[in-house]
Amino acid sequence: METALDAVALRSRLETLASREGICQWDLGAACSTDTSVQVDRGEAKQLKGAQRRSITLRVWNEAGLVGITSTSDLSDEGLSKALLGAHEASAFGNHAETPAFSPLATAPLAVLDQPLHEQRSILELLDTLKEAERDLIGRHNAIATVPYNGLAQRSSERIYLNSDGACRQQQLTTASLYLYARAEETGRKPRSSGAVRMAYGAGDLDIAGCIQEAAERTIAHLNYAPIRTGHYTCVFSPEAFLDLIGAFSSLFNARAILDGISLSHRDSIGEQLAVPFLSIHDNGLHPGNIGASAFDGEGTPTARLSLLEGGMLRNFLHSEATARAFGVAPTGHAGLGAKVSVGPDWFEIGPTAGVSGGEQGLDRFASSGHSAGGEQGLVVIDSLSALHAGVKASQGSFSLPFDGWLLRHGEQQSIESATVAGDIRQLLQGIIGFEGQAKITPDGLCPWVWVDNLSITGEA
Amino acid sequence: MTQATLSTALPAAFELHEASWQARLESLLSQGRAAGADLVELFIERTDHLGVLAEQDTITNVSPAFGMGAGIRVFLGHRDGFVSTNDLSDAGLLAALDQALAMLGLQRSSQSLSRFDGLPGLRDFASEKRAWLAQVPSLAETTEALLRGTDQLNRHGQHLQARRGSYGRDWQAVLVAASDGTYAHDIRLHQTLGLNVLAADGEHRSSVGRRYGTTDSPDDLRQWDAEAAALDLCQSAARMLYADYIEAGQFPVVLANRFGGVIFHEACGHLLETTQVERGTTPFADQVEQSIAHAAVTAIDEGLTGGAFGSIAMDDEGMAAQRTVLIENGVLKRFLSDRAGELRTGHARTGSGRRQGHTFAAASRMRNTFIAAGPHSPEELIASIDHGLYCKAMGGGSVGPTGQFNFAVEEGYRIENGQLASPVKGATLIGEAKEVMPRISMCANDLELAAGFCGSVSGSIFVTVGQPHIKVDSITVGGR
Repeated sequence: METALDAVALRSRLETLASREGICQWDLGAACSTDTSVQVDRGEAKQLKGAQRRSITLRVWNEAGLVGITSTSDLSDEGLSKALLGAHEASAFGNHAETPAFSPLATAPLAVLDQPLHEQRSILELLDTLKEAERDLIGRHNAIATVPYNGLAQRSSERIYLNSDGACRQQQLTTASLYLYARAEETGRKPRSSGAVRMAYGAGDLDIAGCIQEAAERTIAHLNYAPIRTGHYTCVFSPEAFLDLIGAFSSLFNARAILDGISLSHRDSIGEQLAVPFLSIHDNGLHPGNIGASAFDGEGTPTARLSLLEGGMLRNFLHSEATARAFGVAPTGHAGLGAKVSVGPDWFEIGPTAGVSGGEQGLDRFASSGHSAGGEQGLVVIDSLSALHAGVKASQGSFSLPFDGWLLRHGEQQSIESATVAGDIRQLLQGIIGFEGQAKITPDGLCPWVWVDNLSITGEA
Repeated sequence: MTQATLSTALPAAFELHEASWQARLESLLSQGRAAGADLVELFIERTDHLGVLAEQDTITNVSPAFGMGAGIRVFLGHRDGFVSTNDLSDAGLLAALDQALAMLGLQRSSQSLSRFDGLPGLRDFASEKRAWLAQVPSLAETTEALLRGTDQLNRHGQHLQARRGSYGRDWQAVLVAASDGTYAHDIRLHQTLGLNVLAADGEHRSSVGRRYGTTDSPDDLRQWDAEAAALDLCQSAARMLYADYIEAGQFPVVLANRFGGVIFHEACGHLLETTQVERGTTPFADQVEQSIAHAAVTAIDEGLTGGAFGSIAMDDEGMAAQRTVLIENGVLKRFLSDRAGELRTGHARTGSGRRQGHTFAAASRMRNTFIAAGPHSPEELIASIDHGLYCKAMGGGSVGPTGQFNFAVEEGYRIENGQLASPVKGATLIGEAKEVMPRISMCANDLELAAGFCGSVSGSIFVTVGQPHIKVDSITVGGR
């Protein structure tokens, strides 16, 4: 099936249609993709899926300079014409107080990304691979009877940004992903579940053995569970859990949220000591570990590494063209495409600030003082957080989230049956007491284990 | 400049009730069956969406979108292959069919005889609905209504740092054809209105939101009482602004009616979908006709209530909507089932095969799901508790693969000595359905429904949750 986008032809068609309708200024984002994915259930194919998708978002400026948009999956001339007219009609309701413009960086050079394009495998090959992975995972422990959530997927995609000033961005990409979420149950006990995810540029590059191993280890490690007593604990966040939490509160760094009055930060917050002095956070969509990185954002601005926190101090905000203009800085490459342009992070790098002491302390801090980790009460390891959409109040700074994890006490590790962790993100950032281990690459970013003091844990003991 | 509207009439060639579709669909179904498929199902969709956002006293975003696509699903034994495409040309649909067949090791062949007798007459659920898209409020009316809402927030609110009103209109025309003789057409119209505020006073903050939604009611926005909605929201924001964080523990709780029903939706409803039976992730799989809840609990899922957000004339597999009693006086009666669920679990279809759109295969999903009214007054429930929590407004929630659920309390109050006391925030309710259902010991007589969205295996769909006030004897409350 033909899904490729022809940027030259698309520009030509848009120029003709726009000229016919008297539209002088426009831009667009277009994307197409071909996906295949498989799921299995105890050695049998559960569902095999394929998809061809095309979409386009058109943005036009009217005679008064106001902006309107329309999106469609209909890329026929008729569809594009209708979209153009719809966008023009919507522009009559454009926001006089804040009108987007073309990014001044929409023609700036892009970083060269090392993203090898892979041939797509047949879906039956994917099926065999996933069946084998499921069989292997079930064979790791008698208690693992099923892998109820699993999937092996591959995608070939292309995206384009064009504008009437001549900007033309184009990127092709292939990616593959594997997730395995196992369910284990021992007689007379509650079922336990955990899993792992891997991503790569092609199905042949996926670390399948590592995914199976991690899913098995995590699931088995939750079999020996017990309720935890409610109280305040020193907590250690896994890289995945800490990245999830920072992502949920990324409005702290988001210029759009600041202008909208829904961020905890303010226009003049740059320079504030937001966290302990040994914490640094960068947004770096270009990191080689970011599988599927975009070379440019929705407005064509190049993706770039941006310091958000350095030495715990707020350094920069994430910007679109419009927010950057409002703040008097350059766009940072974090925009979507719209009449009101959204702003969001790409991929976080979290870790100690170079040359600042304190960040190296983790388990060693307790070992050197002669105490077991967490003392008599124990230490809570937060392996994964759930329900961030429901339990995070980003505009208030508060969170109350269910988690999977373990209690480390007297040198022993016991899975926690069911519990929530609650707190305030600003207090948490000021309550970090150290890092543990090497930073780990995850789908959401790079991060070591992070130690935080005095968080509220609610359990059922 | 050519004049157009944001709900432009579709070209005749794309109208899904046109007779020209029948021959195209019959050809695809016939070729799929001839290739050896047990069953072939085609889902054709056209959509027209409008989103509008008002912030403070300005319209800041208008985002129209329209689209089309097809989902082709082929069954062979208990297996199925599903392919979606935006390409509705004959070649595009045929290529998608080929891909779906190949997933099951099948191939079209001109040598094979068709095992398909053709489609019967169209079952048209949309005959009264074709004018809906033209009847919905214009963009100008929509923006005026939203600005009226944010203005009312300004009039009634205190310490408001941000005021938002949002509107979403989703129009969808679907055509479903399958080689078992299913051939049905429907048009759906969903409209939602949301109001949100962020109140701030020094270090004190509260953010409160409400969402209203209806289906199949083009005039709905014109009936909206912006002042009443704003007043309700502002009162909640004011009460929660200086609320304390709740202390963690295990308490009896009273969950308010309307959106309080999210607890049943998350904690139990999902576990009564055959997708969970297939996965082996529901503890209720073998418990039909057994007691799984307190005798005070009767729970229903249906698609019939007029105007309710989860109502459907037919499901996304072409089956007419039904009323399904899930639990009666504590005893499990039925599971919600779709075509694949019936095939793989034996539970008969209940008109519950639903999907977000053509890119998803249908799955067994909820519609309007609620706990039936009981004999008590809400005051009796609160009076029965010495020390507990009243959850007046609920946030979102989710259920995990082992049946553990959680959901956030947006607006809560302590219950002390049978009376409502101070407001509290930051509460999360957690538990397991199997343990909590027997603890729902009292149901009040004030059943009401509330609109919501549910995300699961077949995407995000429109649903209704609902219940009267209910009392749960003990539940874990996460807090500070």
